[in-house]
Amino acid sequence: MDFIFYFGEVFTLTSMLLLIGGTIGGLIMGATPGLSPTMTVALLIPFTFNMTPVHGLILLGAAYTSTVAGGAVSAILLKIPGAPANIATTLDGNAMARKGEGAKALQLSFISSLIGGIFGVFLLIFLTPVLAKMANSFGYSHTFWLAIIGVTVIGSLEAGSVVKGLLSGCIGMWLATIGFDDIQGVKRFVFHPALGGGVNIIPALIGLFAIPQVITMFAKGRFQTDIKQITVKKHPISQAFREVFSRKRALAIGTSIGSVIGLIPGVGGQIAGLLAYDQAKKFSPEKAKFGTGHSEGVIAAESANNAMVGPSLVPLLTLSIPGSPTAAVLLGGLIIHGIFPGPTLFQDYPEVIWPFINSMLIGQILMCIFGIYIASLAARVAQVPQFIMAAIVLGLAAFGSFAVQQSMGDVYVMVVLGTMMYFLERFGFSAAPLVLGLILGPIAESNFVTGSLISTAQNGPFIYFFTGGLNIVLVSIVILSVGFSIWSEITAKRQET
Amino acid sequence: MKKIIAALAISLIGISGAVKAEYPERPVLLMIPYGAGGATDFQARIATIPAGNDDMLGMPVAIINKPGAGGRVGWNWFANDAEKDGYTMGGYNVPHFIAQSIKGGVDYSTDSFEPIANWGSDPAVFVVGKDSNFNSMEDVVAFAKSNPGKLTFSGAGLFVGHHIAALQIEKAAGVKMLYIPNKSGGAGAMKAVISGEVLAGVNNLSDAFRAQKAGTIKILGVADLERNAFLPDVPTMMEQGLDVDNTSVNFRGVMVPKGTPQAVIDKLAAVVPEMFKHKRVAQKMKAGGSPMKIMNRAEVLDMWAKRQTTLEDLLKGL
Repeated sequence: MDFIFYFGEVFTLTSMLLLIGGTIGGLIMGATPGLSPTMTVALLIPFTFNMTPVHGLILLGAAYTSTVAGGAVSAILLKIPGAPANIATTLDGNAMARKGEGAKALQLSFISSLIGGIFGVFLLIFLTPVLAKMANSFGYSHTFWLAIIGVTVIGSLEAGSVVKGLLSGCIGMWLATIGFDDIQGVKRFVFHPALGGGVNIIPALIGLFAIPQVITMFAKGRFQTDIKQITVKKHPISQAFREVFSRKRALAIGTSIGSVIGLIPGVGGQIAGLLAYDQAKKFSPEKAKFGTGHSEGVIAAESANNAMVGPSLVPLLTLSIPGSPTAAVLLGGLIIHGIFPGPTLFQDYPEVIWPFINSMLIGQILMCIFGIYIASLAARVAQVPQFIMAAIVLGLAAFGSFAVQQSMGDVYVMVVLGTMMYFLERFGFSAAPLVLGLILGPIAESNFVTGSLISTAQNGPFIYFFTGGLNIVLVSIVILSVGFSIWSEITAKRQET
Repeated sequence: MKKIIAALAISLIGISGAVKAEYPERPVLLMIPYGAGGATDFQARIATIPAGNDDMLGMPVAIINKPGAGGRVGWNWFANDAEKDGYTMGGYNVPHFIAQSIKGGVDYSTDSFEPIANWGSDPAVFVVGKDSNFNSMEDVVAFAKSNPGKLTFSGAGLFVGHHIAALQIEKAAGVKMLYIPNKSGGAGAMKAVISGEVLAGVNNLSDAFRAQKAGTIKILGVADLERNAFLPDVPTMMEQGLDVDNTSVNFRGVMVPKGTPQAVIDKLAAVVPEMFKHKRVAQKMKAGGSPMKIMNRAEVLDMWAKRQTTLEDLLKGL
């Protein structure tokens, strides 16, 4: 219970100002498509050079927490996920916003983020030694199976055709093979110099979600000059709290999946939201409502992606292994002050680490307060005329894609993929499974290839991938997940006939 | 009031006058071909802290990251698209870019760039998990001899410093081991060693130094000509009877594209090494466990040329 004694440091004037500044800034950065948590933290690192280690880490921690949550704003209002972590939020969050429930969706999202986030940080505080062991036991074969679990989700992700979902996922996985493969050392599908590094996930994400909408908005604005304004319903906060707590199943699924996925190095928060969304849907008696603006969808997705923040720091703080790109940047922020993470970190630097972790707890609360305030303003976004909105979104999309690595090539990739998606959407394909394929493809491939390589020095690939407790558990989940999808498809067919 | 306006006007004239005459008149970009937060990025940010001082460049240096394909994306961009006016510098990692240019498939070679100065040298080290039975390179070689192709060891990718060291160790010991390149770079390669996925690994001295402090690994040897100040107790490969020189040492520094005006190169070559020598840089690098080696333009030109020959020789058979 050491952490309680270090709260004093968080409540000093400088710390609080940094915390508030970091949170508000983080929410805004997170809400801007393209400015991912990783980038925000990386941009802030130079500012921490001149601060004390505690102040520097408080700023970085606050920014990390709130950018993850801030991504929900654009996901809900614009259907453009601020970062890969927020993809699942677009599914029901944006549907709610279209029904005029944008304010409610945002409130639900920030409250779920708060609950998930606090749970995650508490795990970090109380269970770090146990969790570190778990994180470390994940090898190449396990990460491969985890990615395959993600793949099984692809088909059932969106209401509509399973086959089209799987096809979209395949396109995504194919896109992921573009670029220079660093394990085999060969170039694949590099038809243009801009593709040498492969399709960067952020520009792809922006393009696939934003461009089809921009085209649709321009088209509508041209032909229907008087579109019916969406009325934005006001939504009392107390009711939002009640709603979140009444959806215990979604909240529990989101929080627990987020925590577990956050722990596993290399998978990160990108798929936590999607897996939680899928499970919440499978276990819900109101399956049919998912995708139409159902509050459970938002709650599961957002509680998952914030629950992942705390545990994602476990491998970093105890083993000095950054489990996610953002954690890698945070590692830089630690060692610049001469603090080397490791098993003895909590004994060596309690005066730095505990205030940092405590500030993440306080940061979650601040994030929720400011987030709800933003919700009351941002919901007006829905009243902006479509053709103006289209121009703003297009500008943001170009800016966000360029900002990732100051590359025009990424902007072209964004535009090409987005235009392609516009036509695919007309044929009933959707963006979320495609992006999931793009994210999971490289994880599955590299872990499979590396695992097979290692297995040649051991007992062969079969034993490497199919034996051992953890492998068997993961393979069972894959089989259950596929089996469940087939079963529910069959029962749905029977009900129809 | 009039006085203030006059003073402002004069100072403005003064500034613009000085600016025209002297490079740099605006912030300078430094392209790093690896992701934010990695060792190269992190060191580049520290090394350029004093850039804005009046006796240095007088302008801040802004880092831009162009990661991908082990640095190939960034260096391809730097060779093809970077402005040749001195406002875009690039970070180099030797032997990485030289080895890649020898293997082909990229748009650059040592002839595409003009080195400015070197700030760091990070030797590759051979690491094993803390519970490993290997306690010296001798143990490793003995195991590899009796189990050809069974000794798995990780590194950050193909044709980077780690891979070069791996090739040199195999060649020197006359053994066949199984090199496992890692998609997520040095950190992922280190994780594989710590969690026991592979039996051993080649990694950066700076990262291994931290991991050893954390008590998760043992360091068996340094692939350099002499022992390192951070690890005075760890013997070199040579000391353990393996003929491995410093070819794999990861040199980090700053360069500009070929075709940059000579006056700009001269100015940078004079100022940048001084910037690296700044007290604050040295202090932050030391705190981060990053070994420094400051070399001027002439020394780097010489080092590049030497690496070119050794690497051509080493990679010929592959």
